[in-house]
Amino acid sequence: MTDTKPLLELRNVSTHYGAIQILRGVDVEIRRGEVVCLLGGNASGKTTMLKTILGYVVPTQGDVVLDGRRITGLPTQRLVGLGVSMVPENRRLFKRMTVRENLELGCYLRQDSGEIAKDFERVFTLFPKVKQRLSQRAGTLSGGEQQMVAMARALMARPKLLLMDEPSMGLAPVLVEQNFDIIREVNQQGTTVFVVEQNARMALSIADRGYVLQTGKIVLADTAERLMSNPRMQEAYLGKL
Amino acid sequence: MARTNLVPPGPVVGKRAFQLPIVDGFLWLVRIAAIALILVGATRSIASARLSGQQWRDLVVFGIAQGSVYALVALGYTMVYGVLRFINFAHGEVFMIGAMTGYFVTDGLARTALWEAAPFLSLFIALICCMTVSALVALLLERVAYRPLRGAPRLIPFITAIGASFFLQYTMASLFGTSVKSYPEVEVLTGSFTLLGFRVLRVHLLVIVAALVIMAGLYLYVEKTKAGKAMRAVSEDQETAKLMGINVDRTIARVFGVGGAMAGAAGLLFGLVFQNVFFLSGFLPGIKAFTAAVLGGIGNIPGAAVGGLTLGMVESMGPSLVLVGLGIPAAHQLKDVVAFVTLVLVLIFRPTGILGERVSEDRG
Repeated sequence: MTDTKPLLELRNVSTHYGAIQILRGVDVEIRRGEVVCLLGGNASGKTTMLKTILGYVVPTQGDVVLDGRRITGLPTQRLVGLGVSMVPENRRLFKRMTVRENLELGCYLRQDSGEIAKDFERVFTLFPKVKQRLSQRAGTLSGGEQQMVAMARALMARPKLLLMDEPSMGLAPVLVEQNFDIIREVNQQGTTVFVVEQNARMALSIADRGYVLQTGKIVLADTAERLMSNPRMQEAYLGKL
Repeated sequence: MARTNLVPPGPVVGKRAFQLPIVDGFLWLVRIAAIALILVGATRSIASARLSGQQWRDLVVFGIAQGSVYALVALGYTMVYGVLRFINFAHGEVFMIGAMTGYFVTDGLARTALWEAAPFLSLFIALICCMTVSALVALLLERVAYRPLRGAPRLIPFITAIGASFFLQYTMASLFGTSVKSYPEVEVLTGSFTLLGFRVLRVHLLVIVAALVIMAGLYLYVEKTKAGKAMRAVSEDQETAKLMGINVDRTIARVFGVGGAMAGAAGLLFGLVFQNVFFLSGFLPGIKAFTAAVLGGIGNIPGAAVGGLTLGMVESMGPSLVLVGLGIPAAHQLKDVVAFVTLVLVLIFRPTGILGERVSEDRG
């Protein structure tokens, strides 16, 4: 179901923290309906790339384009209104607030209460556990449940593009698998997904395409299948079979 | 303390283990001494029967009324601390400006027919004016003095707050003079009545009821409205709040506005009770309200209310209850001392405050 017109584009993006350059002329393209993954080791610039898309970091060169519109350097709080949601690393729930309040904050900018009610039902279908926990404080949930709430919260904005930062971090293997199944399902319901992951095998198993980032440069960009069988990938990220 | 047991023995642990017992021992001594003094003082005061039951009840009512004013002001400190981890030391001046506004509005209204004909409507108009003016001053303060310093080291906005405090004091002094301004008499608020054996001054009843209504309104606002949820989200995690589409700067400004409005209301109530105000009137109540916020657990909204009432009661009853029994002369002039000693004791016994569960720095 992929459209050829890109939903999100990074065009020759470079970023600096002070004098230190993090991203070095990165080009990334995410088409409508795709699941795209960004792989790379520690300190390769993965998180910085997400921060650049979200406007936490302003690039020193290049442009970020969403749906044909230049969004470079737009303040973070504007992005969700344009259809970009994020599941942050370590989930970052509002721990002192209830699960319901977390979900309500997910649709903070929306006014369409009828549609919001539908989206509540939709996330309850995806995550039946979340429904049972609605009035509980988010901080009292287990890690796996928190991951579900974080995803549900992001989906409540009804995003066109869902960004995920290390969704497998700190989760038991069985939960990681469950989590990726849900990402696939969300994608099939029409949301484009960009997932940043260290667990390359897992990410490639659900992705259409992947990019590999190394010290701030894209060193590989290909379909997930071909990345999976690429000998360079096997050595560096997948481990020998 | 439990943690030290988990760390394997080594030179670092040895050092801590060596230092802790002395400090701990000293603190325990202070604790025991404090409890002993309070117990001895209280027993002797009560045994001496110097005050009648009626007088004790009067002190309770006065304590609650005074405490309600502290609570309203304390809410502003605690809410700003919640979103910015910063003590707005100019908040006492926002309160004073509310009291000043109250003077000008009531003084003006007292010359009209409305004052006699509809006293409560007049007071309500004054309340709205005080809340509006104080909210605007707080908003201005945030915009001009604090927002440009966001992200600067903590000490810097703190120093700015002290500067802003002086600026506001002396602006008021130069605009309206340094003289003490007297509120007009409010006919309907004079006199008292008896309720369940307590003799209640009418003005105290008004203060208590008004404060309760305003605090209930604030509770609903913070718990139930979208803007209130945004405030709580920002106080927990600003970065993630932005991801939800929350405009953090606007939310912080709103916190200042709401806190200022409550300080303005407190200013009017204070003026109605004590009948006068001048440009330094914000200083002591401001510090007391800050004490109340710490007492209740800074950053905790119900805590500010509880802390305010507690401080009001302690200040009102403490001198007669404890100091008189210890044979201290003119105990009533020491009520400020009692208030601040209470702060020290709370910091020793329960540093997080009465309702405080969270540590100030937990951001992640």
